Amino acid sequence: MEKRVFFKGWWLPALLVAPQLMISFVFFFYPSGQAIWNSLFLPDPFGLKTEFVGLDNFRFLLSDPYYLASFKTTIIFSTAVSVSSMALGLYLAALADRLIKGAGVYQTLLIWPYAIAPAIAGVLWLFMFNGNIGLASYYLKALGYEWNHTLKGDQAMFLVILASSWGRISYNFLFFLAGLQAIPKSIIEAAAIDGASFWKRFGTIVIPLLSPITFFLLVVNIVYAFFDTFGVIHTITSGGPEQSTTILVYKVFSDGFVSQDLGSSAAQSVILLVLVGILTVIQFKYIERKVHY
Amino acid sequence: MKKIKAIIASLALFAMFVGTAAQAKVEIQWWHAFGGRLGELLDEQVNKFNASQDKYTVVHTRKGNYSETLNAGIAAFRAGQHPNILMVFEVGTASLMAAKGAYVPMYQLMKDAGQRFNPNGFVSAVSGYYTTTDGKMLSMPYNSSTPVLWVNKDLMKKAGLDPEMDLSTWKRVGNALDAAKAKGIDMPFCTCWHSWVHLENFSAYHNIPFATKSNGFAGLDTELAFNSPVHIKHIQTLGKWAQEGKFKYMGRRNEAGKNFRAGECMLMTESSAGYAGIKKEAKFEFAIRHLPYYGATEAPQNTIIGGSSLWALSGKSKEENKATAAFLAFLSRTDIQAKWHQDTGYLGVTTAAAKATKKSGFYKSNPGTDLAGIQMMRNKVTQNSKGLRLGSFDQIRGIIDEEMEGVYNGTKTAQVALDSAVKRGNVLLRRFERANK
Repeated sequence: MEKRVFFKGWWLPALLVAPQLMISFVFFFYPSGQAIWNSLFLPDPFGLKTEFVGLDNFRFLLSDPYYLASFKTTIIFSTAVSVSSMALGLYLAALADRLIKGAGVYQTLLIWPYAIAPAIAGVLWLFMFNGNIGLASYYLKALGYEWNHTLKGDQAMFLVILASSWGRISYNFLFFLAGLQAIPKSIIEAAAIDGASFWKRFGTIVIPLLSPITFFLLVVNIVYAFFDTFGVIHTITSGGPEQSTTILVYKVFSDGFVSQDLGSSAAQSVILLVLVGILTVIQFKYIERKVHY
Repeated sequence: MKKIKAIIASLALFAMFVGTAAQAKVEIQWWHAFGGRLGELLDEQVNKFNASQDKYTVVHTRKGNYSETLNAGIAAFRAGQHPNILMVFEVGTASLMAAKGAYVPMYQLMKDAGQRFNPNGFVSAVSGYYTTTDGKMLSMPYNSSTPVLWVNKDLMKKAGLDPEMDLSTWKRVGNALDAAKAKGIDMPFCTCWHSWVHLENFSAYHNIPFATKSNGFAGLDTELAFNSPVHIKHIQTLGKWAQEGKFKYMGRRNEAGKNFRAGECMLMTESSAGYAGIKKEAKFEFAIRHLPYYGATEAPQNTIIGGSSLWALSGKSKEENKATAAFLAFLSRTDIQAKWHQDTGYLGVTTAAAKATKKSGFYKSNPGTDLAGIQMMRNKVTQNSKGLRLGSFDQIRGIIDEEMEGVYNGTKTAQVALDSAVKRGNVLLRRFERANK
């Protein structure tokens, strides 16, 4: 049975949803409309003159092999960030959940990195792997491994994934821990009495019961990897070497704010908008079905 | 309690007086990109100007690095919140020039303000960058440098080389690197700003075009041309050195400067303005040499500049433009320029400043500091060595960076990389032409 509340008349409901509608309009519909409108023009950087070019901005983008490559880069990057940060978050949450002494201290310390802004996290990791002064690159060199992420694409990718996942581990840890603690102890104990091993219990009871949280985190992490990581990428690699770490949203940022090509940048936002729309539909239509609430 | 009230009242009264006094002065804003030691020196210049007269006040604000400052200025212009003076690095020059109506040309500004100003007082290799083909100066040269070869003499000795040896050609440099590698020197060669040094300056120095139409000076329909056999030969050489571990690539900007200052790198190509930092930090004997060239072409042409110029943005009152003109004229004064040149390693951008510096004996007591100036002015400039004027050039440099990184890590040949950079860069030039026609 669903609970429904009915309002008489129309003005009260209108008034109640008005703030949300206004926020949506100001922060979503208006900017999206602007992006779509601007994607049809080729303005000069100063906004002194502009020319209507129809779909030329899109043609320009889709004929650029580097732009097409950035789709692949984005998929690799987002998958790696989401999977690694969620797996580690779950692992740490499972460990912290079993702590008897000092749980609070461990939990606080594990959540700590979340408080660090992406750009700052980028700088932190950059320092550690810096070719001149980095501790990590120094020890890697001592082990005979040449570290130079300014030149080697795979190393650069590894570094931006590491820096982007790091803070997310805390976030995922927090939600997984809450999820784990919400699972009734009695179920686990009953299974244990029946002779199910730890891994058996984890696989057949804990994981399914965590699925709503896992689904939520998957969505949130992919959104994070898609949109909130350009600070990390900007500070560590600026998208290089050879655009091997240029994900879609970073290209929007760098073409728009670094290169002042607002037409192309707007066209890219429109493509991203469509892409995220499709992704959201897929997630809710196909993945959410497998989630037990 | 009464006392406190009295104090507050008198403070308020005082503030009112100060406020009205300040209002009588015309205040102008200057956005720039200098922090650290350079920022202090810039602040000193502004304070000197503010103290030298009582009509105008200049307020300066740092807006980040060169690109960030330019972008902040452009964004502010769109919003109508722009400063009077904007520092724009040489790469952004073409973008500003094309934006007619966004700035007041320097000659116009000075004329309108009745300010005495002699554009011929500037070193032509510098002012040419900021002057139209029909001789009108659009912006005011501020800091300019040119690439030179920095030598760590101690490492040269360690490599069994004569630290005074001739390093004027890339062939000789190659021999020195071979010797250094054989003796186990970890970083025989490194470079800062690799596109600026090894393609842009390389072209001017060998008197070959970087782009058609006089490197873009003669029109927006210019096309990149840095995939000639001479360019390819040089970039291929750099790639080979990188593969053999003789050249270590540290990054697109001036990252390698740290390695040189720390005494790890034997030979480095970097701006002459690296001087202040190297002099301060290097715990080894260093020397400045001319940028090497290929002996196959006769004597080298001249190198071109990097650095910034100051643009007077439009849409300001007549009074404010007068203040801007007065301040810019002040900056071009010989004593101000000479001090800036000696403190920073940037070139003396007026001939008078260079002369004054020579007279003071500065070059004698700081050997090598005059090389940059000589290298810039050794020949009459040609259409290949005047400088570059290419739209979207910040972006094109990014493309060049990417492609050259492919050569260094061995995934591309120089031919493939430079052809691709030219092709991709031309697309942006056409786009820029279209947006600015």
